[in-house]
Amino acid sequence: MTTTTVTLRPNAPRDMDLTRKLRWRSIFSRGMDIAVGLVTLAALIPLFSVLYMVIRKGAGNFRWSMLWELPPAAGTDGGGFGNALVGTFFLVSIGAAVSVPVGILTAIFLTEYSLGSKSARLIRFCAKILSGLPSILAGVFIFGVLVATTKTFSMLAGGLALGILMLPIIILATEEALLRVPRFYREASLALGANRTQTVLKVTLPAAASTIITGVMLAVARAAGETAPIIFTALFTSYWVTSLHEPTASMAVLIYNFSGVPYDNMVNMAWSASFVLIVIVLATNIVSHLVGSRSK
Amino acid sequence: MATATSASSSAVNPWVGDSRAKRSKSFDFAFSWATFVAGWSTVALLCWIAVAVGYAALPAVRQFGFGFIVGTDWDTNNDVYGALPLIYGTMVSAFLALAIATPLGVAIAIFLTEDYLPLKVRNIFKFLVELLAAIPSVIYGLWGFYVVIPVTTPVGNWLNAHLGWVPLFSTPSSGPGFLPAAFVLSIMILPTIAALSGSALKTTPQALREGAAALGATRWDIILQTSLPIAASGIFGAAVLGLGRAMGETMALAMLVGNNNQISASLFAPANTIASLLANSFGEATGLEVAALMYLSFILMALTLGINAVAEIILERTGATTRHL
Repeated sequence: MTTTTVTLRPNAPRDMDLTRKLRWRSIFSRGMDIAVGLVTLAALIPLFSVLYMVIRKGAGNFRWSMLWELPPAAGTDGGGFGNALVGTFFLVSIGAAVSVPVGILTAIFLTEYSLGSKSARLIRFCAKILSGLPSILAGVFIFGVLVATTKTFSMLAGGLALGILMLPIIILATEEALLRVPRFYREASLALGANRTQTVLKVTLPAAASTIITGVMLAVARAAGETAPIIFTALFTSYWVTSLHEPTASMAVLIYNFSGVPYDNMVNMAWSASFVLIVIVLATNIVSHLVGSRSK
Repeated sequence: MATATSASSSAVNPWVGDSRAKRSKSFDFAFSWATFVAGWSTVALLCWIAVAVGYAALPAVRQFGFGFIVGTDWDTNNDVYGALPLIYGTMVSAFLALAIATPLGVAIAIFLTEDYLPLKVRNIFKFLVELLAAIPSVIYGLWGFYVVIPVTTPVGNWLNAHLGWVPLFSTPSSGPGFLPAAFVLSIMILPTIAALSGSALKTTPQALREGAAALGATRWDIILQTSLPIAASGIFGAAVLGLGRAMGETMALAMLVGNNNQISASLFAPANTIASLLANSFGEATGLEVAALMYLSFILMALTLGINAVAEIILERTGATTRHL
């Protein structure tokens, strides 16, 4: 047998190259570290810029009387957005009254009665698709089935449009909350002789309650800020709302309507309304975050 | 309940009186049915939305057929409606926003999933990024109008003056247009893309990272050669979902895009999107215009729901959980 020298890796880099490459890789890695950190910080600039503007322009012009006065007529001074605040409250309440029971029951069906089945997967898929439905289409749908048939813009229509948007958020949040309840809770309850409904109502739901509340609060916060679905269902009015079946003012539509007019007083009011709305929305988000992180 | 049967039944179960057992049994039955009905009503609602919008669009479908999609006029006086400039505007603004938001979102996801920061600080950052999604669209619009447009307008005019021969910069900036709209839109979809990319990156098995590190990989060797390839399809799903969100976004665009039904290659030209036209026109629309708006809504619905379905299927496969905010 003749021995031949075999070079295992003819193109293997020499030590010098390796060192240089390693140095370059380390520098590159460190550079990218800094880059992603800066990007994250930069992404928060808009958040703080929005908050800064809303506080400077909104809080600067804010008067407490705005909370209970009616909107000003074009070109006049003073006034407020009391009716819009009340309107938003009622619209979101209607939305919640419809979507919370249906959403929680749906989630119970998904996790307690048909977990892993084909129908559960289909319903879940539909809920996810529904959560991606552009909010304006909820308004278009309600316009078609309710506003066009009753021939009037109404609080009921606006509230139902918001309910459509809240529903998938509540379903998915509740489902996640219920899935997190350990199986042995249910097994223990059933073993003690409770039936399924008793198990759900007295064991599973209470155990998941704080996470469900988090989801409901997020849905409420989202609905309170939504404009597109109510802009042509609840429309707007400069007066106090007195019934379910008439146009209703809301904070979001007021901001939209007043932001594009050539009157300083109204533009300032749009900023002040933004300030109040953002305080409500962010407070809801922060509280729900705290409730949620405590439950984990 | 009849007392005659209660004796025999309490012999079987001495702890529960018969009437109570029966009542709880029928309540159990009713409750399980209620959950069943609620569950399927979600499916029914989705179908109802599609059918109702489609049905309301019928007069316009009959009048214009598929020509609606390629028509370029939106003339309420003569009842002539075409959707092309709106579809174009919707697509362009959404893709521009996506082009800005995807790299930024992935960068944020990397920063917040790798152990750069102590967990507590990381959670604060995560929460702040989530808050970006909490700000109402109409407030983004207001902010964009008073903060972003005054910045983009001179930039646009400068680019037009110096690089006007590039089609993208071919018109001067009059204020509202694609650029400010897409910029604000990208901020709005950033949290979605960052959160979903983050959960996709987390699916990388720790053993693979450790293996790569043991072979001498730097942090970014690991990210670029191990984590990102594994997370790629999840990130793609996140981007697709972001695209769906961007196409359906309404109020910020209605305030920033310029509401001008034209097709222009320029980034600075005012344009219009389906959603913002709907927001501006539905309140006063009558007759055939309503049907035409319904037709537009149906197109928007088909686009966004189709895109969302694709995104959900991709994300389901990759195991990245969807977070809905």
